[in-house]
Amino acid sequence: MSSSEKMNALWSYANPRKFLAVTERLMPWLWILSGACLVIGLVWGFFFTPDDYRQGSTVKIIYLHVPSALMAINGWLMMLVMSLIWLIRRHHVSALAARAAAPVGAVMTVIALVTGAIWGQPMWGTWWAWDPRLTSFLILFLFYLGYMALWSAIEDPDTAADLTSVLCLVGSVFALLSRYAVNFWNQGLHQGASLSMDKKENVADVFYIPLLVCIAGFVLLFIALVFYRTGTEIRARRIRALQARERAGA
Amino acid sequence: MMPDLGKYADTVLSAYAASILLLIGLVGISLWRGRRVRAEMEETEQRMRRKNG
Repeated sequence: MSSSEKMNALWSYANPRKFLAVTERLMPWLWILSGACLVIGLVWGFFFTPDDYRQGSTVKIIYLHVPSALMAINGWLMMLVMSLIWLIRRHHVSALAARAAAPVGAVMTVIALVTGAIWGQPMWGTWWAWDPRLTSFLILFLFYLGYMALWSAIEDPDTAADLTSVLCLVGSVFALLSRYAVNFWNQGLHQGASLSMDKKENVADVFYIPLLVCIAGFVLLFIALVFYRTGTEIRARRIRALQARERAGA
Repeated sequence: MMPDLGKYADTVLSAYAASILLLIGLVGISLWRGRRVRAEMEETEQRMRRKNG
């Protein structure tokens, strides 16, 4: 298969019917796999890993904090890709997928902020500091709220998709800043990355594997929720179209 | 079975409780809205079919 044929096969999923047919087949597996990874990872991390020599048992918060923060950032980047596809190719499914992902990403950001505050209190002596990473994460959360509010505020779905896509492009600066803030500024309280391609920077092996399982669980849960919610948005759009046809016929 | 969380027990347990509640809430609301919209779509389609004979 040539690369253009592969691209055409990929774009066929922009057809709402095909998207629904494929995702409905995948959904049971995604729910089961995400649930299994989350249960195994969290139980492993909570019950079967030792305390850290400096942070004590608070290190167990890593299994929630790191995966949720990762999904908060990557959720926005996924929305960016979907928004670009909407702006360039005008596929409705991509705009609806971005809309569907926003509440999921917002909840991931809240989990990262809340677990970070709870973890920070005993470790840093404060719930909150205007640290570069914390501040950029808070701004990312505000962008999520603004994005959802903008979708709800505009009646015409195509105009809403256009404007939210532009907002998504602007917010991507903060999504990237949230990821790299600890590298740009050294004065913050927040530590460096817990996971890295450089093995020396990673957390110790005893925490690393259950952390990877939890990350897999969060990624799969994010995908399952986005697929499911995109299906809901596609159906809601069809209801609006049918109702409009009904009104025009009446 | 419960691990000894020492002086940070409240910290760790509250982080887990808050996160799990948020995740359950997110999944619950998504499923609830999904079922409601699916039912509404089926109802609208049936109504349209009846109208169009």
